[in-house]
Amino acid sequence: MSTTQILIAGFGGQGVLFAGKLLAYKGLLADKQVSWLPSYGPEMRGGTANCSVIISDEPVGSPIVSNPDVLVAMNLPSLEKYEKDVVSGGIIIVDSTLIGKKVERDDVTTYYVPATKMAKDEGFATLANMILMGKLMKACDALSFDGIEATVQKVVPPKKANLIDINIKAIKTGYDFE
Amino acid sequence: MAEKVLMKGNEAIAEAAILAGCRHYFGYPITPQTEIAAYMAKKMPKIGGCFLQAESEVAAINMVYGVASTGKRVMTSSSSPGISLKAEGLSYLAGSDLPALVVNVQRGGPGLGGIQPSQADYFQATKGCGHGDYRMIVLAPSSVQEMASLTVKGFDLADKYRMTSMILADGTMGQMMEPVSLEEAVVGTYDKSWAVTGTKCERKKNIINSLSLVPEELEKLNFERFERYKAIEENEVMCEEYMMDDAEICVAAFGIAARVAKNAIVKAREEGIKVGMIRPITLWPFPKKVFEEAADKVKSFISVELSMGQMIEDIRLYTKSKKPITLCNRVGGMIPSPEQVLESIRKANEGGNE
Repeated sequence: MSTTQILIAGFGGQGVLFAGKLLAYKGLLADKQVSWLPSYGPEMRGGTANCSVIISDEPVGSPIVSNPDVLVAMNLPSLEKYEKDVVSGGIIIVDSTLIGKKVERDDVTTYYVPATKMAKDEGFATLANMILMGKLMKACDALSFDGIEATVQKVVPPKKANLIDINIKAIKTGYDFE
Repeated sequence: MAEKVLMKGNEAIAEAAILAGCRHYFGYPITPQTEIAAYMAKKMPKIGGCFLQAESEVAAINMVYGVASTGKRVMTSSSSPGISLKAEGLSYLAGSDLPALVVNVQRGGPGLGGIQPSQADYFQATKGCGHGDYRMIVLAPSSVQEMASLTVKGFDLADKYRMTSMILADGTMGQMMEPVSLEEAVVGTYDKSWAVTGTKCERKKNIINSLSLVPEELEKLNFERFERYKAIEENEVMCEEYMMDDAEICVAAFGIAARVAKNAIVKAREEGIKVGMIRPITLWPFPKKVFEEAADKVKSFISVELSMGQMIEDIRLYTKSKKPITLCNRVGGMIPSPEQVLESIRKANEGGNE
């Protein structure tokens, strides 16, 4: 029996909500209980966006993640705002292209992934979010890489089916990043 | 069972309404319920239905009145300030005994307030939104699956009793995604002989109207309406009892508050505190009897609400204030944390209540 609470945070437009949806579907396809809760309204437009995802063996109670097991920080304000909330022993994944600052806490495991730069170098500049999700799947036991193809097929709308392969490639790039 | 898909609560309401045979939607955009209208705008034209963005909330509810008069399933949705604007129409629907579904995805108030979740429209929904003696059936979903199932239920109850059903949700319920399985609803057959559908010169004409200038007749209409309300109070109450068997403390909460409370109850149980929850699913009819009976068993109540304390008044009323009752709340778009609820439970357990 376990519950994993994930918080993904960044600017609007970085694909925060889409990344969360990927994780939620990943959980759903693995027969887990899941919830996905976005920040919404004007704060999404150009401001900060964040997304709470819970993946659990038990029915999910509150869908609000206030103390995440995993924090994915995609910009500096997000790291500064949520670093203190991560549970002791938790995981922080940082897009180190956009965040120069180091995580101050030593009771969490931190991964620095230059996702924005990697995405640009690989030729899929808008998929830094998927690179970070790949790293998350490597770092977090609750979300294995298995079945990622089926998950991406669920999340990418049929009209954009041509983007399925490139999303999988981006996730794999993040997964293989050491 | 149909395959589970991830859907926002708002979208689940819209899809469930379509599956329940609703082909007429009228609305005016407002956060945090706009996904309902967006979904309808996309879907209705493809299935021969009607989506119409009205020029205002007042216009939308009166369009609902029009379609409801023909006996067709019809709905509108809005959020708190928009529901206030619809209040007049809701009273007219009641006065004309018309079935309709109205969704309120609540946000913080009063006034324009904010756009974050709230439950402060409990009074408005359960005690009468517009003028006159009338009730609405008020359904309070606590999951995306219930957003869908209670929408279907709401249409059925509206048709059965010729009145408005309201889905009283909140911003969190509307915006969150959860797995949901949606199936074609089995629509019952309801007497629609009152509907205005054209007489074809074959029957007496039907008149839909809420004006009645003869006091004796208007009184009779009110009495008859309240006979129906009585039947609803007897037959349609829904609530969930969670860990209440041996509970000494009873948490009362609906919607998102009940989700938060569940987390707190699980933790309190780990600490050995005997606590359970009554979650009203119908806010009207209120689960009076369940609370009345609980008052003889538990030591105290805690009402968890996203308001300054509205449902707590009904709990006091129906438990006849036999046991102490405290409020655990946040307002203005804030949501109580499980820790805050847990702290209230601990205090109640120590007998630290008023």
